[in-house]
Amino acid sequence: MSEPVSTPDDDQPLLIADGLSKNYGRLAACRDVSFSLYPGEVLAIVGESGSGKSTLLQLLSAQLAPSAGRVSYRMRDGVLRDLASLGEAERRFLFRTDWGYVHQDPAQGLRMAVSAGANVGERLMAVGWNHYGRIRDTATTWLDRVEIDVGRIDDAPKTYSGGMRQRLQIARNLVTEPRLVFMDEPTGGLDVSVQARLLDLMRNLVSELDLAAIVVTHDLAVARLLSHRVMVMKGGRVIETGLTDQVLDDPREPYTQLLVSSILPP
Amino acid sequence: MNAPSYNFAYLDEQTKRMIRRAILKAIAIPGYQVPFASREMPMPYGWGTGGVQVTAAILGPDDILKVIDQGSDDTTNAISIRKFFGKTAGVATTTLTMEATVIQTRHRIPEAPLHEGQVLVYQVPIPEPLRFLEPRETETRRMHALAEYGLMHVKLYEDIARFGHIATSYAYPVKVNARYVMDPSPTPKFDNPKMDNCAALQLFGAGREKRIYAIPPYTTVVSLDFEDHPFKPYRFDAPCALCGAENSYLDEIVTDDKGGRMFVCSDTDYCEQRQAEGHRGRESAAPHKERAHV
Amino acid sequence: MTAMIEISNAAKTFTMHLQGGVELPVVSGVSFHVEPGECVVLSGPSGAGKSSILKMIFGNYRCGTGRIDIRHQGKVIDLASAEPRQVLSVRRATVGYVSQFLRAVPRVPTIDVVAEPLIAGGTPRTEAHDKAGALLRRLNIPGRLWRLPPSTFSGGEQQRVNIARGFVSDLPILLLDEPTASLDAANRAVVVELIGEKKRRGVAMVAIVHDDEIRHLIADRIVDVTSFAAAA
Repeated sequence: MSEPVSTPDDDQPLLIADGLSKNYGRLAACRDVSFSLYPGEVLAIVGESGSGKSTLLQLLSAQLAPSAGRVSYRMRDGVLRDLASLGEAERRFLFRTDWGYVHQDPAQGLRMAVSAGANVGERLMAVGWNHYGRIRDTATTWLDRVEIDVGRIDDAPKTYSGGMRQRLQIARNLVTEPRLVFMDEPTGGLDVSVQARLLDLMRNLVSELDLAAIVVTHDLAVARLLSHRVMVMKGGRVIETGLTDQVLDDPREPYTQLLVSSILPP
Repeated sequence: MNAPSYNFAYLDEQTKRMIRRAILKAIAIPGYQVPFASREMPMPYGWGTGGVQVTAAILGPDDILKVIDQGSDDTTNAISIRKFFGKTAGVATTTLTMEATVIQTRHRIPEAPLHEGQVLVYQVPIPEPLRFLEPRETETRRMHALAEYGLMHVKLYEDIARFGHIATSYAYPVKVNARYVMDPSPTPKFDNPKMDNCAALQLFGAGREKRIYAIPPYTTVVSLDFEDHPFKPYRFDAPCALCGAENSYLDEIVTDDKGGRMFVCSDTDYCEQRQAEGHRGRESAAPHKERAHV
Repeated sequence: MTAMIEISNAAKTFTMHLQGGVELPVVSGVSFHVEPGECVVLSGPSGAGKSSILKMIFGNYRCGTGRIDIRHQGKVIDLASAEPRQVLSVRRATVGYVSQFLRAVPRVPTIDVVAEPLIAGGTPRTEAHDKAGALLRRLNIPGRLWRLPPSTFSGGEQQRVNIARGFVSDLPILLLDEPTASLDAANRAVVVELIGEKKRRGVAMVAIVHDDEIRHLIADRIVDVTSFAAAA
């Protein structure tokens, strides 16, 4: 276990969203969103379907160009860069190295017909790893870390259960030790019992690796367990933001109160 | 025989110019797949329509043409293409590798070293090496553009994970001029080293997929591999039964239904040359004996 | 200030939007301070706002007005106006909170639940587990249960796991919300002992205790919350 060193870098945001908006014709899917994300910080974006949270995630991860505003990201060299100014090659490189993206449907984030080992190893090979033994060892370590039986390393994820697939997707994303992971409803398609295990795993990995994460979820329990901070979205706008337990235990806005009061007691 | 009713080498001059432009671009960007307006040819796709169009575009009246199919000059495909150009272009044809100026090939590179001034034209069924792992053409093009070739190693990784070694034995991916990853057409990987720093110009035509690519003379061509699983060319561990060659690519020929078999050079011209020079294999006379049974 | 906590004129009002925007004042004019090594017990009837005050000091409830100054890493931070990151930093290094109910991820083993605050603060895993185990043993949670998630435990056991988790790290401020509510006499005595040890190490504490006997044992000072009752 490495000592957590409080470097001055921690005081500098990793990602800054500034006045982000996205319009589809007359429809404003996302309106004037601004915030800063710091290293190691987990931010949950909550709201109902159609609230604009998925659009926001795509804007933040540079998969969608904003109609207005911008997203800046602090590269590994410490320089803050406007994502729109990155070339496609740089953006894709960022996606393979310093970023992860966990899809709700693992089939979108995995190569379903390729073995688990190769799924995890792909990002390493993409950044030039050229030693089969080392790639395989690293893949083995990661499968173990996400609690997948390493005896299944040569099986394709199409033979895996939903929970295993999602854990494999996480391993595939984390193998290059990214600093920021985007997650889109990471527990969305899973059984409740499987969700709990996955959440616990994600929580531990996020804190052990000091990962920053932006998690889109409609499930307030997921937000409570995973995130430090939460943004509540409605109609494309951020209507309330703050510490997760503050927003969930002491919601201020009418809509947030409605969301919180709609949870069934455990 | 009424050759004058065809334009020289079958294709009209406009089409040839279009194809030549594609070829020039391909030579300028070694390993890059250049789209071209592939024409209907009087033969079905899969029978070498891409190679035939490239050959038609580069052929001149003084050229000497050799056509091989799996190394052999006398299989149906080789004979019909040779006859096609004999009829439509009236060019001289040969089976001698050394003598030919243009060699159209399916699935082999001749054993005899090629020399400057020769052109080797490959028939290509599927030009995209990334296709089987990434089916989206938009995505594979982008991957080529950005030289993102990690996926190619995923294929090799899968081989090792499954078989303990890189089991891909043909269409083995190569990197051309340290830039583009290229499918060398379904030649056996035994032939891959011959592409590297080759004195002849190598042109690849894919008719159905409408792509042309090229390796200019003396270009580096590296077979992809892992540090701990380096590229190894493969051949059957036997001498040729007819000419005794120890270093040629061999075909396995089943001789009876009791498991009898023999290995002979796949390159028929090379084998015949050696036999003419007096080299002999273990069963040089075997085919004749068999004929006696009939 | 020498105090660890200095609250001045803090107020909290809930606005219940789902009930037609009803304003529900909880407390107002809250002012008191807590010195290092001192345990202040909040008293007052149920509903007087004792728990709300604790939650305000933890940053769990937002303040409407006033200041909640906390001495954090040599500086004073006003939690009423602090950024979320600052509140998190305060919770990591300065203020611990023992709630009435244990809130844990369903399948996490007890030992990890207890050790987590230490590990989050950078203590090596094995050392954190050793400390967590020692505390669980003192609170009479047998070792065979440590690998099980606390959700399978009885109410009293869960409460003790919760106390262990709250007491395991060396934070200079502890907030205790009915730490002995569902405990038997033996375990209540252990908690009183633990509070005593924290005091000797200079930890400032704010507690809510209904049991008069326990209150008498741990309180250095009693703050009557009824005086903060908001004028409704």
